[in-house]
Amino acid sequence: MPDTQIQQIVELGYGGNERLMMNMGPQHPSSHGVFRMILALEGETVVGVDAVIGYLHRCHEKLGETLTYVQYPSIASKTDYVAAMTSELAYVSAVERIAKIEVPRRAQYLRVIAAELQRIASHCLWLGTWCLDMGGALGGGATVFLYTIREREMVLDRLEELTGARLLYGFHQVGGTRYDIPAGWDAKVRETVGFIERRIDEYEAMLERNTFFVARTQGVGVISRELAQAVGVSGPLIRGSGVNYDVRRAEPYSSYADFDFVVPVETAGDCYARYRVRMVEFRQSIRIVRQALDGLPAGPISSRPGVKSVGQVRVPKGEGYARVEGARGEVGCYLVSDGGPKPYRMKWRGASFSNLAVLPHIVPGHKVADVVAIMGSVDPVFGEVDR
Amino acid sequence: MTAADASARIRETFGIEAAVEGATVTVVVPRESWTELATFALRELGAHYFNWLSAIDWKESGLEVVCRLENLDAGLVVTLRTRLGPGETRCPSLAGLYRGADWMERECYDMFGIRFEGHPDLRRILLAEDWEGHPLRKDYAVDTPFAPYR
Repeated sequence: MPDTQIQQIVELGYGGNERLMMNMGPQHPSSHGVFRMILALEGETVVGVDAVIGYLHRCHEKLGETLTYVQYPSIASKTDYVAAMTSELAYVSAVERIAKIEVPRRAQYLRVIAAELQRIASHCLWLGTWCLDMGGALGGGATVFLYTIREREMVLDRLEELTGARLLYGFHQVGGTRYDIPAGWDAKVRETVGFIERRIDEYEAMLERNTFFVARTQGVGVISRELAQAVGVSGPLIRGSGVNYDVRRAEPYSSYADFDFVVPVETAGDCYARYRVRMVEFRQSIRIVRQALDGLPAGPISSRPGVKSVGQVRVPKGEGYARVEGARGEVGCYLVSDGGPKPYRMKWRGASFSNLAVLPHIVPGHKVADVVAIMGSVDPVFGEVDR
Repeated sequence: MTAADASARIRETFGIEAAVEGATVTVVVPRESWTELATFALRELGAHYFNWLSAIDWKESGLEVVCRLENLDAGLVVTLRTRLGPGETRCPSLAGLYRGADWMERECYDMFGIRFEGHPDLRRILLAEDWEGHPLRKDYAVDTPFAPYR
């Protein structure tokens, strides 16, 4: 609902049945960034939502047109900064698709390992912050957050050993990856994922036997199968609504076809269903990491020479769309090349943007306190929403 | 339904040749048939999933709108494209068909200035309300000053 429309129906009075306009955000702690919701309230029930986004807008799409194919991948990681590996991979895959560049098998496996470790790290942050948002009912609020952040740190340490960076990696380059794994890294990763696997059981025991957690998530924020498709949500949201759709299965990239994993699907469509999907994804990611480490082929890590000059990647005229399954859903990059060293047009399909667009459809009818639970279950990253 | 079937259905209904590449059908449609083709994709080809909508500025030849729809059960991708023509900024809206088109068209309006006719609430989404110009147009320079933002 537009601002003006809500403003017209604000009537100040204390009878209890007036509509009230309330700003939630932009700096509300549950928004995980900067996001403003203008809620129209009747008592404590939300009847209308106007989502205001764009606070983190940097116009990545224009930026992409001004940077070369060599320069941009490390900037791509700044779209979804919580899962930076994903967007880098989407960009380089789009370039490789247009230019028909082969990626060596070792590099494909390294990309898979990086992407799955990233998914674990990202889901850790999601679980912790979501439980923190729902707060006191979960036994002190910050407990789960502190646990998951501890585990996320372990994964970030492994990624730091791999790339030298903890948050924004610059790991991918057109034609392969920039770094190979350091000595002894393999064993450390196995140890880390083994530790996290045991911890996931603890989280589940802690949360699923907690009456407050179940009451706040079950039946809250239901996205129907039809709505999920019409809005175009992806990732855990669409799988929580009964649609078996995972880019890793629908259009396998980077040798995902080699690995054995399960795509979890829940039919309830509520916050609890989305939570269950992500908990299974944790374990499946660990499974994929183990398989990739076991089968890691020898050979070069890139089909192209290392970066020496910014204009060294030339792409023929054409266009292509490449998509990857990120922690939050389908992250896609649509590139149009005119044959120069920079793209003519670049479009980001941010998973969080489409996922967030479902909020105005599911929030009305819920209490204000549920808005926080629903927001957290959508898991938006505002760098990716606003790009 | 395979991409080849979809292409044949489009040919017999609209007389438009649709290019097939893997699981993707690309249909170049005139602006007048934009909603008609999208309705056909939704109702007849089962493309219930709205993936994204965006535009490309081809300088003097005008703007082109691109939309990607999917039939997830069949693994079919329908890409619709339409050229608006030089200087033209009006395009029919798909917001009545797909709820996902709401935000995507608002973004497209914000960035390219395309006026989607029939959109229930067409206003800027990422930039400030009082922003002047549409940044992804090719004639909008990257270093355009805009006080107090830059």
